[in-house]
Amino acid sequence: MLGLGKTEDTLWTLIAAPTIWAFHFLFSYTLVAWQCAPNGDPFRDIGGTRAMIGVATLTCLGLIGLILRRAWREWREGGGGFRNDQDTAEAREGFLEFSTLLLAALSFVAVLFETLPIVMIGDCR
Amino acid sequence: MTDPTAQGTPDQDDPEVRRGQEDRLREVWKTPKGWRYWSAVNNTEIGVWYTAASFGFMLFAGVLALLMRVQLAVPENDFLTATFYNQLFTLHGTAMMFLFAVPIFEAVAIILLPQMLGARDLPFPRLSAFGFWCFLIGGVFVSGSIFFGAAPASGWFMYPPLTTEEKFTPGLGPDIWLLGLSFIEVASIAAAVELIVGTLKCRPPGMRLNLMPLYGWYVLVVAAMILFAFPPLIAGDILFEMERMFDWPFFDPARGGDPILWQHLFWIFGHPEVYIVFLPAIALVAMIVPTFAQRPILGYSWIVLAAVGTGFLSFGLWVHHMYTTGLPSASLGFFSAASEAVAIPTGVQIFVFLATLLTGQVIFSVPMLFVAGALATFVIGGLTGVMVALVPFDWQAHDTYFVVAHLHYVLIGGMLFPLSAGIYYYWPIVSGRKLSDRLGRWAFWIMFTGFNLAFLPMHYSGLAGMARRVWTYPATLGVGTANLISSIGAFVFAAGFLVIVWDVLRPRGREPYADRNPWNAGTPEWLTEMPGENWGVRSVPIVTTRYPLWQQANFIEDVDKGRFYLPDAEEGERETLVTSVLDARPEQCLRVPGPSFMPMIAAALTGAVFIFTTFKFWIPALVAMVLATVSIMVWLWRGTAVIPEKPEKNVGLGLSLPLYVSGPKSTGWWAMFITMTGDAMAFVGLAFGYMFYFTIHADFPPPGMAGPGVLWPSLSLGLFGAAWAASLGARNLNRAGRVGIARGLMAAGSLLSLGAGAALLWGPWTFGLNPADHVYPATVWVLAIWTAVHAAVGSLMLGYCLARSVFGRITPRHDADISNVALYWHFMFATALVTVTLLAFFPMLV
Repeated sequence: MLGLGKTEDTLWTLIAAPTIWAFHFLFSYTLVAWQCAPNGDPFRDIGGTRAMIGVATLTCLGLIGLILRRAWREWREGGGGFRNDQDTAEAREGFLEFSTLLLAALSFVAVLFETLPIVMIGDCR
Repeated sequence: MTDPTAQGTPDQDDPEVRRGQEDRLREVWKTPKGWRYWSAVNNTEIGVWYTAASFGFMLFAGVLALLMRVQLAVPENDFLTATFYNQLFTLHGTAMMFLFAVPIFEAVAIILLPQMLGARDLPFPRLSAFGFWCFLIGGVFVSGSIFFGAAPASGWFMYPPLTTEEKFTPGLGPDIWLLGLSFIEVASIAAAVELIVGTLKCRPPGMRLNLMPLYGWYVLVVAAMILFAFPPLIAGDILFEMERMFDWPFFDPARGGDPILWQHLFWIFGHPEVYIVFLPAIALVAMIVPTFAQRPILGYSWIVLAAVGTGFLSFGLWVHHMYTTGLPSASLGFFSAASEAVAIPTGVQIFVFLATLLTGQVIFSVPMLFVAGALATFVIGGLTGVMVALVPFDWQAHDTYFVVAHLHYVLIGGMLFPLSAGIYYYWPIVSGRKLSDRLGRWAFWIMFTGFNLAFLPMHYSGLAGMARRVWTYPATLGVGTANLISSIGAFVFAAGFLVIVWDVLRPRGREPYADRNPWNAGTPEWLTEMPGENWGVRSVPIVTTRYPLWQQANFIEDVDKGRFYLPDAEEGERETLVTSVLDARPEQCLRVPGPSFMPMIAAALTGAVFIFTTFKFWIPALVAMVLATVSIMVWLWRGTAVIPEKPEKNVGLGLSLPLYVSGPKSTGWWAMFITMTGDAMAFVGLAFGYMFYFTIHADFPPPGMAGPGVLWPSLSLGLFGAAWAASLGARNLNRAGRVGIARGLMAAGSLLSLGAGAALLWGPWTFGLNPADHVYPATVWVLAIWTAVHAAVGSLMLGYCLARSVFGRITPRHDADISNVALYWHFMFATALVTVTLLAFFPMLV
């Protein structure tokens, strides 16, 4: 039904990118909470934590980037049009690909947002 | 599957044939008369009751607000006592959020969703009825407390230690809040199950995901959010109530607890809840805008982006209610960043609406007026939201009237105005008549003026230093004039809303019914006749466009003449179609149950458990619990997984579909999966508690303190594993026709499960862990009890399957019950694994 080398999009592929954002968010929050609790030494340096979050950010951006690339390619191969209200499996696929593309872009930006605090804050204060 | 010769195809163009079909459909779907009316379960009745009850609570909470505004009109006023004022603001917030804003989503979705999906009803009508009765009983219980001076009085988020210690809050107020609302949360989760399965599995044939009305997307996202947001609050409620009733020190720092944990659990629920309230209201806007712009929505995918994106990001905001609790700045930064990021998808959908309006030809009707007012108001609230999302600004504005102003702009602009638009737009579907255009315009302008008069000055009062939740303020603060204006505005606003109430309730016996599709809309809910028939749609249509009333030729006529699926009810059963998730290919003809008092009885008995517990009437509570369980079993035994009289049915257009489906294609399997996801989230909330104490203590478990040991928890895990294997074996062997061994495994699994639960409780018992001593034994006990209770439920389920098999209600071919129970056991085993790991193995690792 679909072209060669294409994978069928589902609701799960749609939410893959924001799920990666959620993972990144929880990871960063938990790590800082764990490093800084029980708040005994607010001036403690969190350099190691920042580095680990940095690695997590790069990994997550990479994964979201892969999703973005896949969605972009398949959407372009399917014609890349903005019209996807036809009664065909291709239109449904195109709709899911384009929506995945948008959500992946949003997730990419949101992961960058989540990284800004550790760019600026270096201790447990 | 297709066999056109199976039965004679009826001639739909013969009026005589159609009249016969309509008589049978009418008979099958008719509403019970007399006192039996209250046994109705159809979405048209339940949805309307649900909506009416929500609005009743909203008016009640509105009166509370007016009383507060009288008190605050002048400085140093003594119209109300401080204690009564505390009860008023607590109940105002509680009722508006839990008894109006969230339930109204469920109510409206229960009315509209089946119509939009061209379905006869949602898949579990009795579950909707159960949810409604739970909501009504819990709501009356919580609201009624104020008439006895016993209402909760510590603010709608109930922070400990203010609420956990008898010396600060004597009486039952917090218990009423905790138990009453926990009960209502059950109703919300029931609605979430119903609505997710409804949008995914009950769409009309042909309605692929890319053709689903946008309302469906929003409902799907919001129901999923409920599933992840409400359970942590249930977990919090459990910890809280254990502390109130039995002195288990979860929030008491002297014994290792921490009040901040409650704030986390509350706001993990509380912030997504704001979006749970906002998205369904904006979903109404997404239906109204295309109709009055007279064109399809511009940027359908962008709306899906906004709905799904907001759904996710809204779970990363909860700590922005906790900026002043002393968390590390880096932690605050993560939440501040997410709070800013969520403005992106929220803004996108507003631009989509504006673009649709700009490229269409706008008809300025009453619903559009409310939509315009909603967007303007919401944008103001959104902008102050971006301000308070910034940590330094929030430190200044926290707990002042600035925040009160912000949240009312967001909630009234984002929810009440769109909902009012929805009332004017959808009233013909409910009653067959339009509301008055003239009264609607009056209502809008009075409300809009009153609202801004009331809430705009609060920005100033707050920045000038007026704290929220104060009973009065000194004249020297200089906010007297601003407060007087706010009070006048509040009454003007209330007057505007009363115009809507009058418009809805006024007698209009002689007024003619509205024309069909009175707004000339394009989406399938407008197929309904004026006044509507109980069957919903005359035949279940094939939908191949986003706006079938605009884009599919002769659509209404084809539906009316029964040219699509299920034009008849030959067997006298209520039926609707189940289709596949992606492309809505027909899979099953689902028989949905009709009127029954069982949901009401089960809800009343379940409510009795919560109410007796509030007053510590232990024996009646225990009796009620047993009776509630029995009533639910009776309901399930009689009404679910009924074996049909024939395997397949001709549903029309030469298509024959199975009447009985089990496993992942069945709606029941999905409902179990979704319920257990919510249940697992509540468990994650409890496990989060354990990990939270682990992070805040230098050593956790505390050195020298007794634990549950390794032996008994390990034995328990082994027994859980055996019971899990037995449930899977029972399912597979039953399917293979080896019924005898399958029954043996069901019995064995049931007993093993009880043994597993007992072994898990025996560990902490035999080592003498006293939960009132310290938070560590309390946490061990709460995890063990949660898991043991689930083991008891799992045992009951396997026993139920055994009985069903013996009485011929489970056969190798009809195995829905055992296949759903096997699914439960996957979750059960995962729960046991995490519990035992945390209790027995984790302390050895760290």
